[in-house]
This record gives sequence, structure tokens and C-alpha cells, in this order.
Amino acid sequence: MADAAKKPLPVVDFLKLPDIGGPYLEGQKCKKCSAVFIGPRAHCSKCGARDSMEATRLSNQGQLYVFSIVHRSFPGVEVPYVSAVVDLEGGGTLKGNLINVEPTPEKIKLGMPVEVVYKDALGRKDREGNSYISYFFQPAKA
Amino acid sequence: MSDVYVVGVDMTKFTKAGSTRSVSELGARAALMALDDAGLKIQQMEALYCGNLGQAAAMVGQRVLQEIGQTGIPVVNVSNACATGATAFREAWMAIKAGVYDVCLAVGVEVMGKGLLGGGGGGGGIPKEGLLGSGTMPAVFAEAGMEHTRKYGTTFEQFAKVSVKNHHHSTLNPKAMYQIETPLEMVMNAEMIAYPNTKLMCSVNVDGAASAVLCSERKLKELGLGKRAVRVRASAMASDPWQERDLVMPDVNTCTRLAAKRAYEMAGCSPEDINLVELHDCFATAELLHYENLGLCKDGEAGRMIDTGEVALGGRVPVNVSGGLLSKGHPLGATGIANIYEVCTHLRGEAGKRQVPNARFGMTHVIGLGSACAIHILEKAN
Repeated sequence: MADAAKKPLPVVDFLKLPDIGGPYLEGQKCKKCSAVFIGPRAHCSKCGARDSMEATRLSNQGQLYVFSIVHRSFPGVEVPYVSAVVDLEGGGTLKGNLINVEPTPEKIKLGMPVEVVYKDALGRKDREGNSYISYFFQPAKA
Repeated sequence: MSDVYVVGVDMTKFTKAGSTRSVSELGARAALMALDDAGLKIQQMEALYCGNLGQAAAMVGQRVLQEIGQTGIPVVNVSNACATGATAFREAWMAIKAGVYDVCLAVGVEVMGKGLLGGGGGGGGIPKEGLLGSGTMPAVFAEAGMEHTRKYGTTFEQFAKVSVKNHHHSTLNPKAMYQIETPLEMVMNAEMIAYPNTKLMCSVNVDGAASAVLCSERKLKELGLGKRAVRVRASAMASDPWQERDLVMPDVNTCTRLAAKRAYEMAGCSPEDINLVELHDCFATAELLHYENLGLCKDGEAGRMIDTGEVALGGRVPVNVSGGLLSKGHPLGATGIANIYEVCTHLRGEAGKRQVPNARFGMTHVIGLGSACAIHILEKAN
């Protein structure tokens, strides 16, 4: 089934690609204290509750908390790009590339509303030739 | 419980990354310098605590003894990110404090590679650097600095002034990697690595080692080493308490505040008593945060501290008169003991041209991402 092998994979395990409906990010929420975490885990490191996690769908809307404009990276990584820390509505903080914005400090406003978008992972493929879907941030449409 | 004293301390001149023959040879050199400073021999040491990151699994402490004297003493190898050296020092302090030993040796040593640290990613699949933002250290600390900008409007220029100050300080420190003035325009116009950190606002990867001999009060009197001794008034550590963003944004602030509170309580003193500080300026954006975290000023006043020169040599509370990690250099596992060397040198009145006059109390601070913060408060013993 060559076609099945070509189906893109999620870049991280908390990015879900359901057969029906679009991609989304999944967090873990503590049933005791409501702290939201990214990635799989059993226990809560905020309140110490054991086996207290339940999956929660994260919002695609958020606010830019802070950023850096990266001009020097490892060989093969295209620069400049904007590394952004985004607080999602309803909980959860993620780091990712902020795209569709000019990479200069004047054009990027701390606290600006952003949205999560999903697309191919900049053409990067693994050793088996699989392509990947990644998440990105972009300025929210007014 | 007995007070603990530093009776011997020294550091190698920090040199270009990769310029050293071996980690053990470099560590051995610093150990012998600290022993000579104390006037003691390796045979008098009861335990060795050795900090190193690059070869954390390779028994560096034992290999140091294989260079300078295999006396059979217990050796503990320590790895705790950028708090490695300070953690090794603290383990020696704690063993003496507990009354287990009277004299211990602490060594921190690092032979470094070149280029960017961090951002390795890990896990399977495809490389994540430049796809899910950046995990490189310049970017991570740029983001930490931008948090200060977000709260208080701190500017690129204010961050850059930290580098101007620390590079100026190290022109007075022959053991620093660099002895060059870097005016503001030069810092701001240097190659941008990760805005707002330019190349001159990133710490220097260097090879280096530092070592200290610690002893109990009883042993201090027995050996008659009181004249140049420095008393350890506080040794405090903290790990990172839970913060809502800490999975993507290492929180160097809360961790430092927690350790600082513990250190001031243990020392029974306040920030106003501190005459000089060596703090973790791994990037220029980091230094300003710690003025507030360590209580040197109120929250939101760090920008003023750098603008007015309060933290420069000759100011109210000089910070990083050694040149700091930015200009003296940052050999990861050695840094925590190298900054203890700097403070002790001032408390002893032996710092030459960069001497902070009448220094009685000094503070050292390091933070390793992940996170580990270690703070020491040191006092002139007589």
C-alpha cells in the first residue's frame, strides 16, 4: 500500500491528525487543579495529584507572549525565523515558529493575537522519506 | 555546627575552546593552584567533589587524582548543568558542615566545543530546530529577556549596556578570556544571533577550571589559615517550581528568587549588605533579570541599574567585575567555582585594579537550565 505510507505524520505526538476533521493540538489537563500540560504524562507536577490527567483539545487561538528573531542557527536551518512563545486561550503554552510576519522587532508586537495553523513541516522528511505536518503561529485575522 | 571556610581558591586563565590537552590535566592544574593558595597538600584532602559536564560519565574527579595524587579519598563527580561547579562546592561545604570531614577539595572543569549550545531537539522523526521555534541558548535567553521587555519596556540598548560593562571589567582581569573594550555601538552592531542578543551579548565558550579548598573552623585554627580565609555564610540551592509556561520557557527567575531567599535567611543579611555580586550573565538579556531576582533592586528597576552605572565597578553594587560569563568566559562546569574565586579575591583585598574597595560580603549566583540555581554568600573572615 504505497499510498498509505505517504500519509504525512504529525511532527509531535500532541498534534493529532484525525481521519475526520482537521488537525488539532491535544493537551493534558489535571482533574484536580486544572493545570494544562503539553505532551503525555501521568501525574500533575503542579499539585502532585497522581493519575489525574485527562486529554483536552487546545485552542487554535492565542496571544504572543514573547519572541526572539533567530539569525544564527545550525547548518541547514533557514534563517531568519521568529521563535515564538504563545499562550493559548483556555490554557497551555507552546513554542513554535511565527510565520507570515516580517522578521523585524518593529513588526512583531508582544501580546498580539495569533492563531495556530497546520501545514507541511518546511519540506523536512525523515530517513524513511515520510513527510510531516507541523503547527505554526501566524498573526490572527482581524 | 561549625562555620565552613574557603582557605584556598584559584582558577586557570580561561582560554579558547578546545585549546586544552585534556579535562583531567586542566582540572589537575586548578586543583594544584588552589592547594598552593592554601599551602596544603593533596594528602591532607579528605574528599574531592568534582564538577564537569562534557564527560559527566567518565570519572573526571578520579582522573584528576590520577594526575596529582591517588590518595584513595572518596570522590564524587557532579553534573548539574551550569550550576555544576557551584554544586560541587556546595557538596564539599555540606560534608564539612555535617561534621563528616574537616578539609575537602572542590574542582570545576570544562573543555568546550565551539558554536551554539542547545537546540539539539531529540526524539525521533525530523529535526525540530527552526520548525517549532528555537531551542538554542541565545534564543531561549532572548525570550527570557523579552519577558522583562514585556513587563517593563526594557530596551535592546539596555541589554547591550550589560555587555559594554562586563567587557570593560574584564580588561582589568588578566585571567579573563578577553581584555577588549566593546563600546555600545560595537555591541549593538555586532552580528545578530537571536534578537535582542548580538554575538557580543552571548557568553564565550572557553576552556577553564577553578578549584577551592574548604575547611572546618577547627581545622582552620589548627592549621593557622585564618589570615586569608573567607567564611561561607550561606549556600543555597533551588530547583524550578511549577510555572505555567515552564515546559517551553525555562523559568530562571522563580528558581533564583527561591534560592536567594534561602541564602539571605541563612546568612542573616539583606541585599543592602552585599558589596559585590558575580551572577549568571550567560547572555546579556539574563543579567538584568537577576538584579531583581537577587533583590539588588526592586522589580522593574533593572534598566535603571544598568543606565546609572550602579552595577559597574565603582557603583553601589558592582556586578560581574571579573568580566562575567560574557567576557571572562563560561566553561560550564567550572563557572560556579570561578565566580567563588572572584568574590574571595575581592574579600581578601587581592583583586588589584578591579578591586571593589572595602568588600566584606559578596554573592555568587549560577543557574543551570532545567533548572538548578545555586547561590553562595561569602564573608571576609577577619
